[in-house]
Amino acid sequence: MELNKLTLTESFEGLRKKEFSSEELTKSCFDQIKKFDDKINSFLTLNESEALAKAKEVDKKIKNDESISPLAGIPVAVKDIFCTAGLKTTSASKILENYVPPFDASVVAKSKKEDAVILGKTNLDEFAMGGSTENSGFFPTHNPWDLDRVPGGSSGGSAAALSADMGIYALGTDTGGSIREPASFCGVSGLKVSYGRVSRYGVMAMTSSLDTIGPFGKSAEDIAMILKYMAGRDEKDSTTPDVLVDNYSEEIKKEIRGLKVGLPKEYFVDGMDDSVRDMTLAAAKKLEEMGAEIVDINLPHTDLAVAAYYIICPCEVSSNMARFDGIKYGFSQRDKGKDLIDIYLDSRANGFGAEVKRRIMIGTYALSAGYYDAYYKKAMQIRTLVRQDFDEAFKDVDVILTPVAPTPAYKLGEKIGDPLKMYLEDVFTIPASLAGICGLVVPAGLANNLPVGIQLLGKRFDEKTILRVGHQYQLATNWHKQKPSL
Amino acid sequence: MKLSIQEVEHIAELARLRLTDAEKEKYSEQLSNILGYMEKLQTVDMDNIEPTSQVTGLTNIMREDEVVESGIADELVACSPDSGDGYVKIPKIFENK
Repeated sequence: MELNKLTLTESFEGLRKKEFSSEELTKSCFDQIKKFDDKINSFLTLNESEALAKAKEVDKKIKNDESISPLAGIPVAVKDIFCTAGLKTTSASKILENYVPPFDASVVAKSKKEDAVILGKTNLDEFAMGGSTENSGFFPTHNPWDLDRVPGGSSGGSAAALSADMGIYALGTDTGGSIREPASFCGVSGLKVSYGRVSRYGVMAMTSSLDTIGPFGKSAEDIAMILKYMAGRDEKDSTTPDVLVDNYSEEIKKEIRGLKVGLPKEYFVDGMDDSVRDMTLAAAKKLEEMGAEIVDINLPHTDLAVAAYYIICPCEVSSNMARFDGIKYGFSQRDKGKDLIDIYLDSRANGFGAEVKRRIMIGTYALSAGYYDAYYKKAMQIRTLVRQDFDEAFKDVDVILTPVAPTPAYKLGEKIGDPLKMYLEDVFTIPASLAGICGLVVPAGLANNLPVGIQLLGKRFDEKTILRVGHQYQLATNWHKQKPSL
Repeated sequence: MKLSIQEVEHIAELARLRLTDAEKEKYSEQLSNILGYMEKLQTVDMDNIEPTSQVTGLTNIMREDEVVESGIADELVACSPDSGDGYVKIPKIFENK
């Protein structure tokens, strides 16, 4: 048995029944990494000795029949934007090439408390800015389904690692689609939580009013299990309201008969790939067969969302990136005799990559004197309209079904020279980000042997319903069990 | 919408980025292109629409104003490129005349 191929649910049961040890499970993941990651490049840093030490510690607890968490002893890959105490955390940026944080992000601290086994840190677009992982300051990640193609981004390393069975689950972040798009491109399940559902303390901020943290899993059932341990109020992140954390693993068992699924016509546009359109509609048909009611809905301001997002995001980026000044941490270029301003200018010029600089420039421009009303304020008003679109739609439906990206995974280098083209890839994921609602991506088919996912959008804090639809869909289909041939 | 090299230089200065001439050329073109797309924002009548800055509905999360020891003050200071005696060191910014 290749243990690294197990789901979280299967790993948990196997450990419990003592069919294998956490050490064996962990070793099988590292074996897979050593065999294939020189081709895929999903990891930036491995945490092998600590991971194996933790696995042995959990094995001892299991041997002594101590009660353990469902996450205990299970290997997880973590996007390199989560601070991990004593383990290098770079955000795939040269400006943090050698940064070792002295503290854990809240989600990492929680995972450690549950005795999770941290395999290592995965590649991303620098500071999560991008949709292909080509903006990594170190190297691009390749899609396990076709090494000439991108894994999506920004959480491309986590999605690719999981797709290639190098871990049992993975953690990522999603601001405008950074979990959902790579989940679709790599054929895994991924959840963007409602804004505020999971603490972001210790995760490097990109767009503070939109950033969320979520899991990738080999099934929606696995994600339900993980979310229970990630979600909830954290006093270190004041955007986390004290809203009940549901018992997701129980909720998803309910059948979907009678549930209303909205299909927005604005998400079926000219220029999208036929395979994406067909698979989304096939999924709608499947849900209908399972007893759901498909309802046509309108989200009239969808077309404005990308423009609003690519103002809001760069504005907040220009502010969040100001902390990297060559003084407090990270790369610092200090040539003799230079004064403070030169340290700022040189450290940032040589530490940041092209996309980060580009977003800082757009944001600085849009926030500079005289332009606030034309750009930032307008973008925030559009955000109101997009949010109202969803509020209206959710009066009539329980979940909304849409495509994830206009195409399956595209070739490395195909869009990197044209930033606007890259931004427009996010057209189906951005509106939910602006509205702060949750979205689950599950695999729904293959087009020329490339995975295509569907997106299930839910009301704010109603993760339980989209996970339920995703899980029930996975009980009726096998798309999530398709694997790339490595 | 065309951003001149001078405008790019001005923005870069505000953003504390030192750009090469090649970068200035590239950003002048790319930013003009991106901002051109943003003209979409101007096509909608948005009188009487309240802006949304965040969606939590939360305001002013307060806590007792108490000192809590992080326990890692030395480690945090040690992250800086140059430090000593518990302080971050920076170059002199005032000269004695």
